[in-house]
Amino acid sequence: MNGRLRNVIVPLFAMLVFLLLWEALVWVNDWPNYKMASPSDLWPAYVRYWELFLVMGWQTLWRTVVGLLLAVIVGIAIGMVMGFSRTMRDALYPLLVGFNAVPKATVVPIVALMFVGAHDFNTVLIAFMISFFPIAVSVSIGLSTLEPEYRDILRSLGASQTTIFWKIALPKTLPEFFGALKVSVTLAFIGTNLMEIVSPHGRGLGALFDSGKTNSDYPLMFAVLIALALLGIVLYYIVVGLEKIFAGWAERTPS
Amino acid sequence: MTALIEIKGVRHAYPTAAGPLPVLDGLELSVEEGGFCAVVGPSGCGKSTLTRLIAGLMRPDEGEVWLHGERVRGPRSTVGMAFQNPVLLEWRSILKNVMLPLEIVPNGLKGEAAKERARHLLSLVGLEGFEDKRPSELSGGMRQRASLCRALVHQPEVLILDEPFGALDAFTREDLWQTMHELKAKEPFTGVLITHDLRESIFLGDQVVVLSGRPARTQYVMNIDRSAPANLEELYTTEAAERLTILRHQIEIAQGRVPEEVAS
Repeated sequence: MNGRLRNVIVPLFAMLVFLLLWEALVWVNDWPNYKMASPSDLWPAYVRYWELFLVMGWQTLWRTVVGLLLAVIVGIAIGMVMGFSRTMRDALYPLLVGFNAVPKATVVPIVALMFVGAHDFNTVLIAFMISFFPIAVSVSIGLSTLEPEYRDILRSLGASQTTIFWKIALPKTLPEFFGALKVSVTLAFIGTNLMEIVSPHGRGLGALFDSGKTNSDYPLMFAVLIALALLGIVLYYIVVGLEKIFAGWAERTPS
Repeated sequence: MTALIEIKGVRHAYPTAAGPLPVLDGLELSVEEGGFCAVVGPSGCGKSTLTRLIAGLMRPDEGEVWLHGERVRGPRSTVGMAFQNPVLLEWRSILKNVMLPLEIVPNGLKGEAAKERARHLLSLVGLEGFEDKRPSELSGGMRQRASLCRALVHQPEVLILDEPFGALDAFTREDLWQTMHELKAKEPFTGVLITHDLRESIFLGDQVVVLSGRPARTQYVMNIDRSAPANLEELYTTEAAERLTILRHQIEIAQGRVPEEVAS
């Protein structure tokens, strides 16, 4: 089989199997909708609310992406500071770990109160807060573990720190960075949805989920989950694509 | 002939929690232009510190390092370095790796001329046809060859080699010794080679310097006539065996296993 085709067919087939198993599970146990909706129940929900799904999905998507971009910028900045300075690393690590350890669900109401009404801003903020940590850590580790010989090769020629960063430190850190970004993508979705679900009169798929809950429309709730999963998969593979372009060299072809 | 590298009375200590740790103490070294100095000594005696001093990556606490009649006060682009770890940039092709120094040094070759220069060097070390490969696609010996090309691409006055063949298997290593001689004939440079391998030191060096144990000083200097073309056979002659015996003995003294008075 053609390799590219295989790359598409295998995962699609796996998804199909998953859906069939899910359907079978619900049928065999004869579970009612409120216990677990089956994939065949979701279809009517999509048909009925497709417009809402598009609008809300877009809201969730753009806020997640903006939060993630912020996380990339701030994460790289913090990672650089910690990667290049031992003192800053010692100073910032406990703070960052502590910050990351605080469950974001507890931060959501605080943020919602702090910036009342600024729903977009709050959502982006939570998405950012939940997803910048892996990026900061990976960049700092990538930079601080740069073998001294790499530095020496350029330094012995009189290269500046900036040149060393652009020519060696940054590209060498890219594989770690993309590894972290893959984790952050999914985290950012969790952040966005936390805010969307918790804050009243929210927007996005989280709000749609919430309205499903209030109206006891269980298939809708499950439909939202699947829609979220799809968005997550799409974003994830966009990151994988970027990784192939910018850090494809790190991938070893099996020989 | 003038001395291109001159090291006079160098002392250096590293600060540690338990106070300063002296690594070099009264180091003297003089390498003529076009010369090749092999430095041997016990492990941890400060040989790598010596390379960093010559490269201008650090300055000694005391004493002077001179390159081409100028006191070394910082890094200078007339130096090329290669280490045991070839540290090639995985995201660049072999050709682009070799060209790296030309992007840094002032007045480095640019564009097509730079490529031409890199290709020429790669062909000298037998890496023709591997220009577009990634470092990960090459064997350890080939990577080290590419690393040598990178160290020479900007025509440095001084080539500093810090155990470049240490991680290679014996046959690859001997191949690379030959390559070094060929390179030296076609791309003249003054070399300092740090090594643990006594055979390597007498095969490549026209001067073998034995450093004492830490803190290192110059303990013994052996001069070797290099007028005849190098041939691996010469390592299996009585002359070579005698040299190795002397050096072996000096290393034992440096390691503190034989008291010096008895030895001399």
